[in-house]
Amino acid sequence: MILDLDKFLGVHANALKLHERRTELLANNLANADTPGFKARDLDFRSAMAAATGPAANAGQQVTHYAGQGDSGNLQSGDLSPGSTEAFIKYRTPLAPSLDGNTVDAQLEQSAFAENAVRYQATLSLLSTQIRTLMTAITGQ
Amino acid sequence: MSSFKVFDIAGSGMAAQSVRLNTVASNLANAESVSGDPKLAYRAKHPVFEAVRANILAGHGKDAGSAVRVKGVVESDKAPEARYEPGNPLANAEGYIYAPNVNVVEEMVDMISASRAYQNNVEVMNTSKELLLATLRLGQ
Repeated sequence: MILDLDKFLGVHANALKLHERRTELLANNLANADTPGFKARDLDFRSAMAAATGPAANAGQQVTHYAGQGDSGNLQSGDLSPGSTEAFIKYRTPLAPSLDGNTVDAQLEQSAFAENAVRYQATLSLLSTQIRTLMTAITGQ
Repeated sequence: MSSFKVFDIAGSGMAAQSVRLNTVASNLANAESVSGDPKLAYRAKHPVFEAVRANILAGHGKDAGSAVRVKGVVESDKAPEARYEPGNPLANAEGYIYAPNVNVVEEMVDMISASRAYQNNVEVMNTSKELLLATLRLGQ
């Protein structure tokens, strides 16, 4: 195939999926802000992105410092099946642990959620640009 | 589609917080419901929250996000406050009435906390909706 669409969209398609997964995790943390014993979780975005992009990703779009540790067996280049991100979900280190064992800091989660939303939108606009480029090439206008 | 899970999660949070608001309303409304029998006096009710693991969100890896639910509503064990009011029609033979073990200040604080948590979940839902709509407009 002359044009590999996945390759053309580059890291952005993967980034979008990871941001979406992070949205879920942060939403869950906020929903469980008053659940006794609940431990807040977050996605290690850097590692997840490195694994999703893979060591043999497109030149120029590669995430540097790919550590490659852990279960590299099921983490092939571009593999973003639902199970593959689970390895990068970590528990948050609480700043002020509460007596009931809950480690959700609502303010921290809120700011992380807002940040994630902005990054999601940034990725969306980058993807949009890529698609517009492609449309221009196809229609020639 | 997996994006809609955020709505399930935020929705479960809103449902749980509204149960909490309901119990607060019940406790505040009954703060002065006295009784002649300590066993029949109103007791403060409090919901207990529990994290749900992948039950309502099956089919996404081993632990795909989760949600929250109300495990149950517990009644406070604190002894009702006895007051000596022989003129009260509800008073027992010794002239005592029993006031509920509701701490109004605690309930007000609980109400504010529940309301803030509810607002957080609404905000999560709104933001997710906007992001999803923007995704649908992708390439236009």
